Amino acid sequence: MSRPNPPAPSSGQGFWEKFAKLDRRIIFGFIFLALALPLFFTIRQPIPVSPEGKAYYQAIENLPAGSKVLLSFDFDPPSSPELQPMAEATFKQLFTKNCKLVVIGLWPQGPQQAERALASALRDPQFSDKKLEYGVNYANLGFMAGDEVVIQKMNSDIPSTFPSDYKGNATSSLPIMQGVKNYKNFDFIINFSSGFVGTREWVQFCVDRSGAKMIAGNTAVQAPENYPYYRSGQLKGLLAGMKGAAEYETVSNQPGKGLTFMGSQSVAHLIVMLFVILGNIAYFVSGRKR
Amino acid sequence: MRREIPLFITSVVGLIFIVRFFIPHEPFFSLENVSASWIQVIKAFAIWLGILNLLKVSLDKIYKKEKGWGYSGIIIFSFLAISVAGFFFPLWESRSSDDSYIEHARKFQYPGTSFDWFYSYVYAPLSSTMFATLAFFIASASFRAFRARSFQATLLLLAGFVVMLGSVPIGNVLFAWLPQGWQVSNIADWVRNYPQVAGQRAIQIGIALGIISTSLRLILGIERAHLGGEG
Repeated sequence: MSRPNPPAPSSGQGFWEKFAKLDRRIIFGFIFLALALPLFFTIRQPIPVSPEGKAYYQAIENLPAGSKVLLSFDFDPPSSPELQPMAEATFKQLFTKNCKLVVIGLWPQGPQQAERALASALRDPQFSDKKLEYGVNYANLGFMAGDEVVIQKMNSDIPSTFPSDYKGNATSSLPIMQGVKNYKNFDFIINFSSGFVGTREWVQFCVDRSGAKMIAGNTAVQAPENYPYYRSGQLKGLLAGMKGAAEYETVSNQPGKGLTFMGSQSVAHLIVMLFVILGNIAYFVSGRKR
Repeated sequence: MRREIPLFITSVVGLIFIVRFFIPHEPFFSLENVSASWIQVIKAFAIWLGILNLLKVSLDKIYKKEKGWGYSGIIIFSFLAISVAGFFFPLWESRSSDDSYIEHARKFQYPGTSFDWFYSYVYAPLSSTMFATLAFFIASASFRAFRARSFQATLLLLAGFVVMLGSVPIGNVLFAWLPQGWQVSNIADWVRNYPQVAGQRAIQIGIALGIISTSLRLILGIERAHLGGEG
């Protein structure tokens, strides 16, 4: 028994039916232009600063001059467009307040990202004149394997957890590490993270157990899981993604890459939303077939 | 014994961490530190295990000429190139007379070294590019999946719309006619800080309860799937 032939597709398919089946390469092309073109122009937009962004800035601003701050870099290059601008601006604000900075990394690439951010901050004329010295004003203790176990161990003994620094010096020989035993010897903790191990583990194993004060910079994808910690006061401030970086650069008056990249992000978001709206029109016009 | 010894170690270490949390005094303090050091050592060895596994899988693929074996060749080549640059760079890069070979070798990540060159000009741009391609796929997926098919889907669509628009400054510019305090960015902040936090808390409490029950099963030896046997 032969089956009846399916009806031949109508050659006069409407615009919206065709649009609903739009080749994804066309969308890719629009996104490419939306991301690339704004980089060639200076687009200055008023950046609304969120309460958590303001809190991040204010938490550093409230630190007494010369405070000792621990910074953990828990991310790798794919997340650097979002986190590196935050890190650079944070270093600058901390150096302005003459804070002593100790950097670590729980991701293997973290210390190298920190070195780049430090180098960028130290190139700034306001700090190059200060003659900030490695080991005295700042130090990089490097990477340590062990994820959340490292955070837990640092609660007991930081020098034994990081016996040598990024440059191979004994941690105990660094002037900045004199008198440092555990988190209680730091006035503040800052975490930049893009996943596991990251802000959540720092809150659970460091903040909750030692009572340390902490702020964090996250990628936009990761930030939503850490908003509960900000709302509960376990985090004193939170920067979320490129927008967070741009907010922080705005509020701290340090225009940088965060603000520059927001132009691309603005246009890209608009294009995506435009496609979503048109896609829904096509969906309804073509009778909700898909 | 192959099952009993790992079960015993799991139980003892698990109990040490639990007891130390409630009794932060000796000898639990030292016991926790010793256990933590062991975990660190095992995790460091796990990196080696991962590397060896990657090499084995890649070499197998090349040997059997499986589909895409050329990519495995690139993996092996990249692994060898960056390893040689990291481990043996002092052989061809100048070192100061004050440094011993070991001291010089420790500086393999310094600016200007071969390893740093690979990191800055090969690894960082390539991995950033891989991540950036997500933007294109997310845009395409949003176009196809973000459809107001039901009430819930419409709610998700509207929330996504507001948060996306409120996350970029142009959102406030487009809807500048909205009253002060009711700007798109304010509404996006509200979505992030209230409905989103409520959902996240529910998920996180659920995860925590799951972790507690799984941990207890592991410590008590009820859960044995990690030993490669029945659950």
